[in-house]
Amino acid sequence: MQYLLLIYANEEAWDSMSPEDQEAGVGAYIAYSEALAESGAFVGSSRLSPIATATTVQVKDGKNQVLDGPYADTKEQLGGYYLIDVADIDSALSWAARCPGASHGIVEVRPIWEMTD
Amino acid sequence: MQEARGKKSARLLAEATARDSYSKLVAYLAVHTRDVAAAEDALSDAFAKALTEWPEKGCPTHPEAWLLTVARRRAIDVARRQVRGIEVERQLKTLSQLGTEEVSDIPDRRLGLLFACTHPAIEPGIRAPLMLQVILGLKAATIASAFLIAPSTMNQRLVRAKNKLRQAGIPFQVPDKKELPQRLDTVLDAIYASYSEGWNDPAGTDMTRRGLTSEALFLVSMICELMPDQPEALGLLALMLHTEARRSARRSNDGAYVPLNEQDPDLWDSVLINKAETVLKQARTPGKIGRFQIEAALQSAHVVGRLKGINNWPVIKDLYDALYELTQSPVVGVNRTLAVAEVEGNNAALAILDELAENRQMTEYQPYWAMRAELLTRQGDFGQASHAYQVAIGLERDPAVRKFLRQKQSTCVAE
Repeated sequence: MQYLLLIYANEEAWDSMSPEDQEAGVGAYIAYSEALAESGAFVGSSRLSPIATATTVQVKDGKNQVLDGPYADTKEQLGGYYLIDVADIDSALSWAARCPGASHGIVEVRPIWEMTD
Repeated sequence: MQEARGKKSARLLAEATARDSYSKLVAYLAVHTRDVAAAEDALSDAFAKALTEWPEKGCPTHPEAWLLTVARRRAIDVARRQVRGIEVERQLKTLSQLGTEEVSDIPDRRLGLLFACTHPAIEPGIRAPLMLQVILGLKAATIASAFLIAPSTMNQRLVRAKNKLRQAGIPFQVPDKKELPQRLDTVLDAIYASYSEGWNDPAGTDMTRRGLTSEALFLVSMICELMPDQPEALGLLALMLHTEARRSARRSNDGAYVPLNEQDPDLWDSVLINKAETVLKQARTPGKIGRFQIEAALQSAHVVGRLKGINNWPVIKDLYDALYELTQSPVVGVNRTLAVAEVEGNNAALAILDELAENRQMTEYQPYWAMRAELLTRQGDFGQASHAYQVAIGLERDPAVRKFLRQKQSTCVAE
């Protein structure tokens, strides 16, 4: 089954880290991706640009509403994701715990909606 | 002021009694009614009543008996409200008979309950969580976090297991002599699983998990106390005491991970080590050796080797050979390879590791990759070693261990 691991973290905390710590942080994600690939669970992953670049769009009663900034105004923001393919939720949760995002932020685990044809 | 203090001490007494007596009282009720969930509900009501009444009216002379009487009445009330049937009639009869017994000295039925929770008819994965909830009163959410399972799922699984306890005719008692060794194994496995989950937080930053290791220690001590002549129970106790003895040496002052061979033995708790050694000696029974005794002996060999500065690897390897033969566990297999490398050399060890890799589970097992990386580094194969470290880092949950592995990985460069 496929699961989306959504990584929520505080951007300011990242910005205030030393370059060495940032490098170590990126290194941890690279290692995590490699471990996922080695086990065959890796489907896809991306890191998102900072929330300052976010724009929201809504069409209500035929009118467009375009706003600067992210949808939810919270300290922890969506910063990236992993899409993984594993046997079950137990396995998805154990991958979520290994994700570096679980140590410096929060990882939300969501099963992908399965289409039945 | 006086009154406030009285209330506070009554509250503290209620809480202390709750902790000490919870499992005993749940066990006593459940062993008779076979309904664990109802026993838990009745007791939690009784404790709530104690917390409001004791501070007002003073503590009863026999707090446990008081709690049991209230819990029993609640259980009868609940049973009466249910649709009448053979089952409910039986419950009511049992509950009313319970009241006629002398309750100031409540018999300890926890072992019976412990054997019920870990009965082979209960699905293996839920035995440890069930035991933690029923015997120790841990909340489903706490157990769920420790076992990395969604709280709602954990709750469902616990409810299902309790239904099975009630309906499947699982005996709430210590099995007879013939069955005992095998059944005790599943009890000890469940305790060890709880201990290991707790141990996964080596920094001890997570209170619920650190709690889990001490709860597991409490359970195994209880077994050793109530069944003093079981070598495997003593073996498990010795194993846990040895691991506990080194807890504070596993982290440096700045929180960095310190592996066993780099730990400062002065930081080890010598009282616990001595206790572990005594228990291990006590466990020794001629002609009978089990998994936990060997694991405890391994801990002992590591510790004694370090303390006396002697090369203990041949002994350690023999112990691992015996343990692997007994368990055939790939986890043991991986740990054994380091001893093989020390005694027979790197090539022999790597060959064993390759064999273990045929088991697909190894691709997601951090210690396998860390071991592989270590051996490849010793071999001078830095490219492959670096890759193995990379995977090991990616599989590790603990940031401090990730950092430790990263440092090791950075040494994987040809000079």
